[in-house]
Amino acid sequence: MRHSLHLTGLAGLVLLQAACGNATPQAAAGQLSGRLVITGSSTCAPLVSDISKRFEGLHPAVRIDVQTGGSSRGIADVTRSIADIGMVSRDLKPSEAAELMPFVFALDGVAIILHANNPIRELADAQVKGIYTGAISNWSQVGGPDAPITVVHKASGRATLEVFLKYFGLKESSVQPDVVIGDNQQGIITVAGNPHAIGYVSVGAAEYEIGQRTLIRLLDTAGIPATTANVHAGKFPIGRPLILLTRKNPPELARHFIDYCRSEAVHDLVQDLYYAPVSAK
Amino acid sequence: MSRSTSRGARAKVADGLVQALVWGTAGTVSAVFLCLVGDLLWHGLAGIDLDFLTQGVERTGRAGGIFPILVSTFLILAVCLAVSIPIGLLTAILLSEFSRRNPTLSRLVGASLDVLAGVPSIVFGLFGNAFFCIALGMGFSILSGGLTLSCMVLPIFIRSVELGLRAVPSDYRLAGAALGMSHTSMLLKILLPAGAPGIAAGLMLGVGRALAETAALMFTSGYADRMPSSLMDSGRALSLHIYDLTQVTGGRPNAYASGVVLVALLLVINLLASWTVEHIVGGRVQRV
Amino acid sequence: MKTRGATRNDRILLWGLRGASVLASSIVLLIVYFLLAESLPALRRIGIARFVTDGDWLPSTAEGENQYRLVPMLAATLLSTLGAVLIAAPAGLLSAVFCHFYAPKALATLQRRIVELLAGIPSVIYGFWGLVTLVPILQRLAPPGQNLLAGILVLTLMILPTIAMLASATLATIPQAHLQGAAALGLSRWTTLRGVVLPEAAPGLLIALLLGTMRAVGETMAVLMVCGNVVQIPTSLFDPVRTLTANIALEMGYATSEHRSVLFVSGLALMALVVLLIGLQRQFRRSVTLV
Repeated sequence: MRHSLHLTGLAGLVLLQAACGNATPQAAAGQLSGRLVITGSSTCAPLVSDISKRFEGLHPAVRIDVQTGGSSRGIADVTRSIADIGMVSRDLKPSEAAELMPFVFALDGVAIILHANNPIRELADAQVKGIYTGAISNWSQVGGPDAPITVVHKASGRATLEVFLKYFGLKESSVQPDVVIGDNQQGIITVAGNPHAIGYVSVGAAEYEIGQRTLIRLLDTAGIPATTANVHAGKFPIGRPLILLTRKNPPELARHFIDYCRSEAVHDLVQDLYYAPVSAK
Repeated sequence: MSRSTSRGARAKVADGLVQALVWGTAGTVSAVFLCLVGDLLWHGLAGIDLDFLTQGVERTGRAGGIFPILVSTFLILAVCLAVSIPIGLLTAILLSEFSRRNPTLSRLVGASLDVLAGVPSIVFGLFGNAFFCIALGMGFSILSGGLTLSCMVLPIFIRSVELGLRAVPSDYRLAGAALGMSHTSMLLKILLPAGAPGIAAGLMLGVGRALAETAALMFTSGYADRMPSSLMDSGRALSLHIYDLTQVTGGRPNAYASGVVLVALLLVINLLASWTVEHIVGGRVQRV
Repeated sequence: MKTRGATRNDRILLWGLRGASVLASSIVLLIVYFLLAESLPALRRIGIARFVTDGDWLPSTAEGENQYRLVPMLAATLLSTLGAVLIAAPAGLLSAVFCHFYAPKALATLQRRIVELLAGIPSVIYGFWGLVTLVPILQRLAPPGQNLLAGILVLTLMILPTIAMLASATLATIPQAHLQGAAALGLSRWTTLRGVVLPEAAPGLLIALLLGTMRAVGETMAVLMVCGNVVQIPTSLFDPVRTLTANIALEMGYATSEHRSVLFVSGLALMALVVLLIGLQRQFRRSVTLV
């Protein structure tokens, strides 16, 4: 089993090397050792942690530290050489893409969540926009019960926030939140604890929680159900890549790890967390 | 005459009112305490068993135990004490025994310790991140966290040791001097043994403060929730683990259980501290 | 009969003591230095004025037009501290008065123990308790329940033990003779308190109050967990707010470049507040002999 996993990793590696060129294929056969520091997106972190645990199992001399700090932080840490690999959960800006090497390793979406007991079944994009700008402040205005809406919003600098604002054409300064939270998990727990709350989180994180019977529900966006399958098929309108990135000429261990993250050997882990896997092409 | 009786009556009413207020406040404080501790025990005790204390963290803390967290916590504490005990002891000795010979230094040290004691813990976190993690290149590590905490604990430790040493009767010193003892041997043979309770109390106050700390560790020792393999690894402290568990769905049962473990540790330490203070030092060491 | 070795040891000892003391006292300087060094980019490129005049707190927008208004967070810190001190100061004093003048001995000891235990409970536990107990109650009054009032109540609980313990220490310093004198005059308990105890204890009580204020200003975890963290100047007790400390805790992990630098500026502001309070307190301490 261990052997075959290793082989699959190798296969992925060879494929990737065909794509980007500069590496020594023999290195994979030798014993890998050393330490990797990975920082960035809190959406990516649980998945990358799971993958690192398996990777460490295959290569006992390797130690991987995964720290969260948001996508922009991941980019900054890699640029300043504080981290070997950065995790990013949004499209890269041209200025960022220029100096770094990005590798997409999974797909995710951002979707609206409500409390499971909220009778609202769908919200038009304009309604979501109205709720987040404060123009709509009571559920009765969108066909729900007479209750004030609790708008759950993310703290500045989070990738999920940027993806959300971009799709709905909102400016950060025009959002009128009632609660500001940090990562996806905190968003989910806040909405699950308040029947009148609305929030937006990673589709993968939300589906995972619904699988754990957490009291939230995902809303369709533009008529498309927010599911991993739709994200994978590219149908869901608010999609985003999950990216690992390194400096140009990354250390060998980092390259091996990224290859492993993009190999079929970890697809089960990716799917366990309700993300859509991407293979190295 | 009638005026004075009405004043007397009013005084009586005021007296009763104040009495009610005093009893009411005291009752409320106790009730809130019972509610807080009761809530914690009620929800948390059930989650604690041997497995919880000896197993690794799974699913970011929602499942599994807290063993690596406890190990990290104690390592952070060990680093903190390894640094603060020697520096703290020496500084306290200077303040209590040699302040007359070094008046300017003592005054400066005293003032700076007063300020240090008041620095908010999140500011220690900022400082620790900028100094230990980045400027000294220690990164998110148990070492960075422990060193940051030692800066925080020093003023508390120094002040109680200082008071403990000052409480040693000056006859002891005179007797030592009469015997022609050097400062060093007087210190080692007389003052430190006699001041031991103060040192112990200071130690426990410091440990209590360090164990309870969260904000200063967020950006110094980090969040890694697995078994650390060296002091350069990131390690999550118990208090930070509790905070983290409150931010994930399904994390509450283990947050409660971890909370009981933390509060139990602190209660033991605080009780030991006040017991030492009251029974051995004789109430001469003030609690900070 | 000092031997040569002993005097050399003494000299080594003295230098060791001085060295350690200098090290211990240099920590404060190091802290100030690093806060200043990290704040400098923001102070230079953004300037203090913009922390007041900017329209909003948008420290890392995708469009790159960042705004750094710190006023709402400063207001939240000051208001939550003020609220907590307004409740905790009288409550702490009453609790101390209870122990010294009203309670039977056994009850007084019990109350003292409870206050001590409350003082030892870590802030993350207060925050957790506030989140699971207090916030749901407030949510029924005014959703979402994480608001300024929740912050004030949790902070009150946290600084009450500090104030009660110090007030208690102050009351213990009042000479027994003065109380006996009051009793001999046949004064009632309230009159004794008002006429004898409070005036004598006032400077000490003021110090207790300042220390409580200091703790409230610097508190992070509990307010982070119960205040809702929306950046705004509150117009009612039920508005969610974000304090300076919570802002650092929430954003430091994510902040880069100028944003990070501004967070260090807010750290500097907290430090300035605390130094001010310590200065005041040392002033009072000079006029009374407490501890």
